[in-house]
Amino acid sequence: MTARPKLEAQDIRLSYLQPRTGTALAALDGVNLQIMEGEFVAIVGPSGCGKTTFLSVVDGLIAATAGRVLVDGEAVTRPGPDRAVVFQDASLLPWRTVLGNVRYGLECLGVAAREAGARAEKLVALVGLSGFEHHYPHELSGGMQQRVNLARALVVDPKILLMDEPFAALDAQTRELMQEELLRIWAAAKKTVLFITHQIDEALYLADRVVVFSGRPGKVKDSIAVDIERPRPIGVKRQARFHALEDRIWELIEEDVKTKAREDRHARA
Amino acid sequence: MRRFYLQHERAILGAVGIIAFLILWEGFARGWWAELLQPLLGPQAARLQLRPIFISSPTRIARAAFDMIFVTGAIWKDFGWSGLEFTLGVALALAIGIPLGLAAGWYRRLSYAVEPFLTALNATPQVAFLPLLILWVGTGLACRVLIIVLLAVLPIAIGAVAAVRTVDARLIRVARSFSANDALLFRSIILPSSVPFLLAGARLAVGRGMIGIVVGEIYGSAAGIGAMMNQAGSRFETDKVFVGVLAIAVAGVGLVEGLRRIERRVEAWRPQVAA
Amino acid sequence: MKLERYLIGGGTLLVFLLAWELCADSGAINPLLISSPSRIAEAGAAAMSDPDFWTDVRVSANEFILGYVAAIIVGVPLGLLLGTSRRLSYIFAPFVDTLNAVPRVALLPLLIIWFGIGIWSKVAVVFLGAVIPILIAALSGVNTNEARFVAMAKSFSASRTKIFLSIILPGTVPYIFTGLKYAAGRALLGVVVGELYASTAGVGRMIADAGNMFQTDTLFFGVLIFTASGLVVVAVLDRLERRFERWRPGVGAPT
Repeated sequence: MTARPKLEAQDIRLSYLQPRTGTALAALDGVNLQIMEGEFVAIVGPSGCGKTTFLSVVDGLIAATAGRVLVDGEAVTRPGPDRAVVFQDASLLPWRTVLGNVRYGLECLGVAAREAGARAEKLVALVGLSGFEHHYPHELSGGMQQRVNLARALVVDPKILLMDEPFAALDAQTRELMQEELLRIWAAAKKTVLFITHQIDEALYLADRVVVFSGRPGKVKDSIAVDIERPRPIGVKRQARFHALEDRIWELIEEDVKTKAREDRHARA
Repeated sequence: MRRFYLQHERAILGAVGIIAFLILWEGFARGWWAELLQPLLGPQAARLQLRPIFISSPTRIARAAFDMIFVTGAIWKDFGWSGLEFTLGVALALAIGIPLGLAAGWYRRLSYAVEPFLTALNATPQVAFLPLLILWVGTGLACRVLIIVLLAVLPIAIGAVAAVRTVDARLIRVARSFSANDALLFRSIILPSSVPFLLAGARLAVGRGMIGIVVGEIYGSAAGIGAMMNQAGSRFETDKVFVGVLAIAVAGVGLVEGLRRIERRVEAWRPQVAA
Repeated sequence: MKLERYLIGGGTLLVFLLAWELCADSGAINPLLISSPSRIAEAGAAAMSDPDFWTDVRVSANEFILGYVAAIIVGVPLGLLLGTSRRLSYIFAPFVDTLNAVPRVALLPLLIIWFGIGIWSKVAVVFLGAVIPILIAALSGVNTNEARFVAMAKSFSASRTKIFLSIILPGTVPYIFTGLKYAAGRALLGVVVGELYASTAGVGRMIADAGNMFQTDTLFFGVLIFTASGLVVVAVLDRLERRFERWRPGVGAPT
């Protein structure tokens, strides 16, 4: 028998009503996806392909026009403590300290103050920010802010971690460092992860499986297993097998990217 | 129907609020609510009838406005005086404030020199100088123009300082690398990029100028909207006072809206205007 | 750098005061019209030993504090309420916009009819002057809340109350402080204009009386009282702001 997937998206469709023209614009066009317990899945696709929108549907922030999202076989209708999002811009509350930001999710769930504090401190240590508990976000570097962002999501002990291009705004060196860190934390916390990115090498380095989205409206174009053993030192990015996988994924999205660029030029002209 | 409501929700709810307010007001003046609640409150209900001499009423105000605008035409003379004071005062404030502010923004030492004065003047309610101005020039037109200048010059000057200070340093570097001299730099970079700040300062100055009109005129002047309100107030002609308030409101909204239009036109190249 | 700033600023101020003094002493300009720093100091010393002066100060302070505090008590909650309820804000918009467009001191002739020439007409004009900027500041603080923070909170299943208390309310604090500072100026203006217009006591009254009697020195001293009050109020608000907004980079830096 096959195990039931941890997270399942069944034929997710989503279209917006454009306020100016009154016509419907399709963002997601029947996305099907299955993620097993403990699996790390990355979604790549050209910008504007609806990756982030899909993530919001999985989180329950946006309702799909059709189709459904199942977690352990149960339909998702709104955000819940079994899923937590690591946001693209860290979205840290500027008036709260590192500790205050990390415990925010626990506060929302009504966890008692003392327990919330203790759990938050543990997570701050896990992401390597001990000693910065009482710093405000503006005193942290971009990479440190993303660590807080990650800790804030992990502290509620979700079954599934939804990560929305969390490293996109970081410089190249910090990004590689954070990717390594993420794998370390993931190995320690053992979560199911859905990771959105537009960078093919990031997806390959992190994930067990890379799902390629087509350009707007978004749907799954292909799913590629990453058969590179773990633990993965950063050097695997320079292996021939890694490059071969990179090329294969690039071929899948190349056409969409070029179409998109052409459309953008037209829209601006 | 529902769609029409949703499209114009703002206007509809605003109109409902205004109409309800006007009816409530009229009812207090005419004793509608006293009559209506008589069975409920007994003799206490009489308190809900307020004397029109105190609160006037929308219909009285409308009649007074009609009289003053179309029948006697008295308001036009006052409007003319106030308009003259305002124009002279704001023009003078611009003529002083913009060069002073631009210079203080550009020359650091000059800004250090004028800083104590600007800070002190900014912290003072400038209208406190009114008795002094009256001592100097009497209660005539000059006094009222000067009080407007005093009120309006600061936001203009501060806006101009900010304008120069926030000019993108990269643009200046580019110009300098093309060996532009100070005059060219000023004309080609500083002036165009300071326009939004100058306009924002001017918008504040308009508000201050309106205060200047009112204050200068209600305090011992013989002509203008404020003087009219002052005289009407001392004769308990509440409706005329309200007409004055409305006239000032209309002028204020009109001026600010006009400046906004200009701002938007000037700002076309700017992706988003900083507040 | 800093030293240069203080040297030039202080130096200019000193030269200005000296020139003023010389003009008056030499008789180049009639001292009756411009007074002089030494004369103002003398008048100030005389006033401070006069109990009537302290009555005036107390009256003006009461008018300011009562009106300003009432404006905060009404303006902040009302602004937050209008910011949270779109419909309510539509209903109130015409009133807020109109009051915002009129200099509230224009209502003085009416306020005098309603409240008399005692302290309450001044409290009312101070209140009206201050409440509108405070209300508008609170309202725009709510309206400019960051959508990404709200989305973050929703994703943690935060309740509406939790979102309001933890996201929207803290986000309005900087706006409210801006409004409070602006309103303080308007409140002080209300005190002065109200007392000049019709009153029996207060520092504004003192200035007006001094003007009528050609006591230019006392008049200047009165103006200086207002300058000092303005500086003190803004300094106090700056302090409070820094205490409330330790999380903001560079708050309260001299502009």
